[in-house]
Amino acid sequence: MSRIVSITLQNNDDARPIIEAIEADNPDATVNIYPAMVKIDCAGRLIVKQETVEEIIGREWDVQELHLSIVSLAGNVDEEDNYFELKWNF
Amino acid sequence: MAEKRKKKLGIKQRYSMLTRGLDWETSYQPMDKVFPYDNYEGIIIHDWEGWEDPFRLTMDAYWKFQSEKEKKLYAVIDSFAQNNGHLGITDARYVNAIKLFLTGISPAEYQAARGFTHVGRQFRGVGPRVACQMQAIDELRHAQTQIHAMSHYNKYFDGLHSGPHMYDRVWYLSVPKSFFDDARTAGPFEFLTSISFAFEYVLTNLLFVPFMSGAAFNGDMATVTFGFSAQSDEARHMTLGLEVIKFMLEQDERNIPIVQRWMDKWFWRGTRMLSLVGMMMDYMLPKRVMSWSEAWEIYFTEAGGALFEDLARYGIKPPKYADIATKEAEHISHQAWNIFYNYTHAAGFHTWIPEKEELDWLSEKYPDTFDKYYRKRFEHFAEEEKAGRRFYNDTLPMLCQTCQIPMGFTEMDDPTTISLRSSEYKGNTYHTCSDGCKDIFDYEPEKYIQAWLPVHQIYQGNCGGAEVADVLKWYNMNLGADNMDYKGSPDQKLWDEWQAHRVKA
Repeated sequence: MSRIVSITLQNNDDARPIIEAIEADNPDATVNIYPAMVKIDCAGRLIVKQETVEEIIGREWDVQELHLSIVSLAGNVDEEDNYFELKWNF
Repeated sequence: MAEKRKKKLGIKQRYSMLTRGLDWETSYQPMDKVFPYDNYEGIIIHDWEGWEDPFRLTMDAYWKFQSEKEKKLYAVIDSFAQNNGHLGITDARYVNAIKLFLTGISPAEYQAARGFTHVGRQFRGVGPRVACQMQAIDELRHAQTQIHAMSHYNKYFDGLHSGPHMYDRVWYLSVPKSFFDDARTAGPFEFLTSISFAFEYVLTNLLFVPFMSGAAFNGDMATVTFGFSAQSDEARHMTLGLEVIKFMLEQDERNIPIVQRWMDKWFWRGTRMLSLVGMMMDYMLPKRVMSWSEAWEIYFTEAGGALFEDLARYGIKPPKYADIATKEAEHISHQAWNIFYNYTHAAGFHTWIPEKEELDWLSEKYPDTFDKYYRKRFEHFAEEEKAGRRFYNDTLPMLCQTCQIPMGFTEMDDPTTISLRSSEYKGNTYHTCSDGCKDIFDYEPEKYIQAWLPVHQIYQGNCGGAEVADVLKWYNMNLGADNMDYKGSPDQKLWDEWQAHRVKA
């Protein structure tokens, strides 16, 4: 069984479309809601796609805007121009 | 989004332009003299270019995002102050967690800034050097924003007036101080293993994430905001921690045992320091989000488990004594609160016996330990207090030579026996609180015999005088205001007045 990777975002207006995009692109993800924050877990890997976020918010979105909302993560990071991915390598 | 913007360079190329090819091989002086610290620890690096930059924030992007974070944060801090946000917290007992944070954690952020500034000069590879320099700026920002955010509480509540002074002197604050001193006086690779990996990657979630969510739950908007603002940098720091480990392990297999020993050491030192946080979560938040043992399960057992499985391909094992630390998660917050209740006359914040429903919550969250070992003790203390015999411990405790925590933690398989270990070194006996701390001492005794142990210093006459009151004055504590029980404190009096107004209104 692959272990979970995880991303935690603030629960605010900037982050909500990102959370929505993560749910759309990672159907196996589990969303846990805590006071002020949302922790999303997914087995093995989790991806944030620029395209999906842009479709939701209707404007250009720089993947690095993620830096404004991120609280924590677990997994190896792969950051590119059009996606941000977390994964374990085993 | 049909018409895609055209980027001049991709993110990897841009970051590589920032971090590569800007340095040179020195010719007037040998490189080993220019970078004297990055090989004495025994870490072998064949190719500094093998460093993979985890987050690829170029300077322009860094300033852009950081300034946006700052603007948001200061808007909240202003609004919190203008709207008397302190009136909206659940209960003034909560502020005591903030006092511990400001005196114990914020000065440590500043120490981290100093540490990263130092190692940001000492690596001959430019990739890690740039990453450390950026982290140094982040850490300085954290110290500043925390002080700014919490300064509002200082206008009304006691114990927040002298953070850095107290950090250098007060007995329980020597726990985080010695942790960071130990890290900063190690070599650069050990420093990154201690702070970036063990602390930031493996353990910092336990400090910032559930605690900040707890602050939100308790109506403390200012703390939530600085906490999450800091934590948004922390995600970058965590990836630096993981990267430095992978870099060392990939460069040479002779690095593996060194890295493993550092992980064992710093995991244990970190868990010892976090016993203060466990106590904050279980006892100091009037409304609780999750228990310390639940946080441990999510952030160490689950997230740490995945991490160490990932690192197993390099031959790395989970930290030594992780099993003990997991057992301790059922006990440690109760034992720590007991110590502070015993010594509240000598602390810079207030303590109390949890109210009945709070004791019930602890019983529910700790079904195997709380009723059996701790509940009766607190109920006994409460009865003694009622009968006018509030118990204070008037003798100074023995401290662990390594972690500097009073020797009040127990054997995990026998939670009514104090855990005590001893080592002989050059004709003296040194005491430690656990196998973890004893191993650390035994490996580098020359370092730890120099520890500035607050109790020893008091007995040697170096802390203002022979009486407790003299020592507390030397700590810059206001007697009768900063210390003693919450019940009867000026904090409580003020809070109750505010509440009375609210009821009237």
